[in-house]
Amino acid sequence: MKLSENWLREWVNPPATATELAHKLNMAGLECEAEPMLDVLPKGIVVGKILSTTPHPQADRLRVCEVDAGTGEVLQIVCGAANARPGILVPAALPGAVLPNGTEIGKAELRGVESSGMLCSASELGLAEKSEGLLELDPKAVPGTPIEQHLGLVDQLLVLELTPNRGDCLSIAGLARETAALYGLQMTPQRIRPAVVEPESRINVIVDDHIGCPHYVGRVVIGLNTAARTPDWMSERLRRCGIRSIHPVVDITNYVMLELGQPMHGFDADRIRGAIRVRRAKAGEQLKLLNEQTLSLDPRDLLITDDSGPLVLAGVMGGTASGCSTHTTAIFLEAACFEPVSIATSGRRHKLLSDSRYRFERGVDPALQRQALERATALVQQICGGRAGPIVEVGIAPAHVAEITLRHSQITRLLGCEIPVNRVVPLLHSLGLAVNPTGASSWKAKVPPHRYDLRIEADLVEEIGRLHGYDNIAPRAYAAELTPFSPKETQRPLDRIKDALVARGYQEVVTYSFVDPKLQAQLDPETPGVLLDNPIAETMAVMRTTIWSGLIPTWQYNRQRQQKRARLFEAGAVYALEGSSNREQAKLAGLIAGPQLPEQWGAASRPVDFFDAKADLEALFGSALRYESGQHPALHPGRTARIVRDGVAVGWLGALHPQLAEAFDISEALYLFELDWAAVRGLALPAPGGVSEFPSSRRDLAFVVDESVTAQALAEVIREAATPLLKTLQTFDVYRGTGLPAGRKSIALGLIFQDYSRTLNVEEVDAVAARVAASVQARLGGSVRE
Amino acid sequence: MNATSTPNLDELLSGAQADIAAAADPRAIEALRVDLLGKKGRVTDLLKSLGAMPHEQRKAFGEQVNKLKEQLSAQLEARARAIADAELTRRLASETIDVTLPGRGEPAGALHPVSRTIRRIEQIFNAMGFESVQGPEIEDDWHNFQALNIPESHPARAMQDTFYALNGARLLRTHTSPVQVRTMLDRRPPIRIICPGRVYRVDFDRTHSPMFHQVEGLYVAENVGLADLKHDLQKFLSLFFEREVEALFRPSYFPFVEPGADVHIRWGDPEKGTRWLEVLGCGVVHPNVLAAVGIDPERYTGYAFGMGVERLAMLRYGVDDLRLFFNNDLRFLEQFK
Repeated sequence: MKLSENWLREWVNPPATATELAHKLNMAGLECEAEPMLDVLPKGIVVGKILSTTPHPQADRLRVCEVDAGTGEVLQIVCGAANARPGILVPAALPGAVLPNGTEIGKAELRGVESSGMLCSASELGLAEKSEGLLELDPKAVPGTPIEQHLGLVDQLLVLELTPNRGDCLSIAGLARETAALYGLQMTPQRIRPAVVEPESRINVIVDDHIGCPHYVGRVVIGLNTAARTPDWMSERLRRCGIRSIHPVVDITNYVMLELGQPMHGFDADRIRGAIRVRRAKAGEQLKLLNEQTLSLDPRDLLITDDSGPLVLAGVMGGTASGCSTHTTAIFLEAACFEPVSIATSGRRHKLLSDSRYRFERGVDPALQRQALERATALVQQICGGRAGPIVEVGIAPAHVAEITLRHSQITRLLGCEIPVNRVVPLLHSLGLAVNPTGASSWKAKVPPHRYDLRIEADLVEEIGRLHGYDNIAPRAYAAELTPFSPKETQRPLDRIKDALVARGYQEVVTYSFVDPKLQAQLDPETPGVLLDNPIAETMAVMRTTIWSGLIPTWQYNRQRQQKRARLFEAGAVYALEGSSNREQAKLAGLIAGPQLPEQWGAASRPVDFFDAKADLEALFGSALRYESGQHPALHPGRTARIVRDGVAVGWLGALHPQLAEAFDISEALYLFELDWAAVRGLALPAPGGVSEFPSSRRDLAFVVDESVTAQALAEVIREAATPLLKTLQTFDVYRGTGLPAGRKSIALGLIFQDYSRTLNVEEVDAVAARVAASVQARLGGSVRE
Repeated sequence: MNATSTPNLDELLSGAQADIAAAADPRAIEALRVDLLGKKGRVTDLLKSLGAMPHEQRKAFGEQVNKLKEQLSAQLEARARAIADAELTRRLASETIDVTLPGRGEPAGALHPVSRTIRRIEQIFNAMGFESVQGPEIEDDWHNFQALNIPESHPARAMQDTFYALNGARLLRTHTSPVQVRTMLDRRPPIRIICPGRVYRVDFDRTHSPMFHQVEGLYVAENVGLADLKHDLQKFLSLFFEREVEALFRPSYFPFVEPGADVHIRWGDPEKGTRWLEVLGCGVVHPNVLAAVGIDPERYTGYAFGMGVERLAMLRYGVDDLRLFFNNDLRFLEQFK
């Protein structure tokens, strides 16, 4: 919201520049910045009156105007604006003038006709981004008056970004009240004389919903002058606050809203049928709004209606049917208080933004309506003439909105600093609270209606802290006892795993938790995902059930940017639908793609394979995890391991399924892994045995087995047969081909034997090796390869 | 050799010297040593022949032979050393490598800047006695809004601000504050925690991401107030940026704190002009929040704060486009090694 500094100073005039005032407001919690209304003021531009116009002899679209610019002579100015006509007053830039954009105006000849200056539009004065035609000024403006004086252009704007609890400051009056409190000043009271009520002209008001509308005042004004125009001072103030001048009555209601904070509505009284009724919408009702949009109303919407149906979506936007037009001679002015939640939800439901909604959903002073109505009436009569009817009022304006007990001890406790007892009452008084002591250091404070945001003791403590200044509260090092928490040694810290991955060349990525449902259906068709009700895009519509849904697009993104290889990992949650609820699990996932090593001089290049990824997992998790051949819809059926820990599946490792690779347009080798973090993070405390002082003996054995026999199965049989002397088992070769029958392979292993109490002799070791060979033969059909 | 004739030692010496000088490798030296000084060597033979000499001759001749032996032995050794030196020099020269060639193997990767920043924030707060706590990202209305005193009419609850799922029964947490709520339901004061994690809001442009990260902090005990909050956050900011940071606490409004504040820090080059930047929101925990989790607000007070991780990362590393964090372009991420 923007407010004019000049306007504010009519209400309260602090001894501070606009910038200083803005800082003060900032430090009191009202985010504010001061900016000049115009970066550059126009120079040499005055009010000019067009006396006559004649067509330009050489150009159809130009007119030659005779202008009185208060110089004592009639100037001839050529002008192309469509609205140039005799009798209107417009800004006239005389020779020597400088427009805000830097253009200098001189005497010129336009197509053979001399022009002593230029008539200006609003945009040429820097008052609008775009404008059509000349800026028409008040008919009573005096030719020759400098335009900056006539329009009061020497001004600053206070740009306010208020927190939702401070709706009371969304007006000149509200900001003035706060400013007065901060500077210890008195506000200049605005004197509004109640209108003299003439005719017994009235429209009755019935309020069905007193919760939705606790207070409603309205009145009729008849006999309006349809030729009236909004005076420059008012339209200029509206413009500065970002509101376009539309119609005198609309402008006045907007003006009162900016001035006092009360959104109002002006109806064309002749278009109201019967009484005004404030009620909720009925099923099927519709309302055509001022913005031409037709709403299908919801039974929760609060409406202003008459006998013919809905007129206004209460507190949000008016309808076309009852709005003011250039023919309006009688109006019904409304000033009401609506309940914030109802206005907020209606506005939200219909996606309607308006200055009125903005204020009502933050709250409007419930006692302001009568004052606003009188102020608007006075302005209507001043600008449009007319005779006011009696005020019709439903509901009451409360004198105060809360009574709060405040203890000095609580101020000290919540702020952590001591505010002298005798400062408390003056601070509260400056905010308009009525305070009565209830003890030596406790009070009862009555909250005025405009501070409806103050409800509890803590609210008052904040007010005191705010006025005292947060800056003046000294930081206090806490004296509380430290409670150290134990780092769990039996859980791998995620940070350490991340560091290990980074050391092994992995780059961590952070991808969105919501992913493309199509992609995810390809990768993980079996897990139902949590769909968002209101996704930001179709490709971000489902919560990921696997981190691969983020890793694969990340690789695609990078390979499109000429990356040849990647090692990526991400740690984060995945989310699955479970019945009518959902489940969240922490996962650690990785992707490797492209050559095993970056291009380099000393190593042969080869694509990554399964065992590169497996080596990384083994480095991270040691022998805690087992890898079994398994099937996963996203992975190559012959190159997939189900990862198992203590008999429970905890993850997957494998090559991206070739069909998916093709679908994703990925041609290089790509391997994926994903682990259930909770299941793999557990770590046994080390319980080391002794170290044998006796030498070990080694026997190398190569077994020829069927392809179907896995290395792990072979190792298990060997371990079983060689226990307890076998200490280490190393696979050092796998061979297929010449010398072996088809469908058979040779796996060569080194068996290292050792005992803790003595040196093993050759016969013992040979005996164990023979037992191993016999067992492999018997259980796996494997023979020792000589 | 004739026993009476004295062999010509000079001749032997000059011949042997020539041989030694001509020896090209350790093997030739060894052969010469054997030929001259070995058990059956020529000089050894001369020494053996001393016994057969007349007494008067023996002494002088013996001295001469011994001298010869020493001379030859020293020369053999010197030659052997020279050959070894030359050999070593040759070997070292032949083994010389270009040390400027790059090392082989896998270069290290990097942490994502967001996770790196979270780690830094955690390290500082952990040292200050705050424990890191995690919670679910798909939340319900009660934990994310109601328990935090966020009224139904609050704009944050709108569909245009919050992601909903399961027909509104669930939502993606809009802040990590629900973790506070869950922790306070679980534990009794004193509580001192931080909650880092992902949060979600319906917003997508240069400065907003629909997913971003927050670290929320909470300290509840007896008599915790704004003054403590000021101290701890001031301390954190200075530790995080590794310099004395000038911080400004300005009154602000968040439904779950009262009094509330936002914190601005002075930013920029003092030479070129500085400005105040908002970095976090905070305040004294609202009594309604304590009451909602069954903590007596008359006995305990607390403070809470929340900071945007990306915001801090952008300031710390001079990143000006939030989207860079989520594009995951390796050319960007690799710069955080």
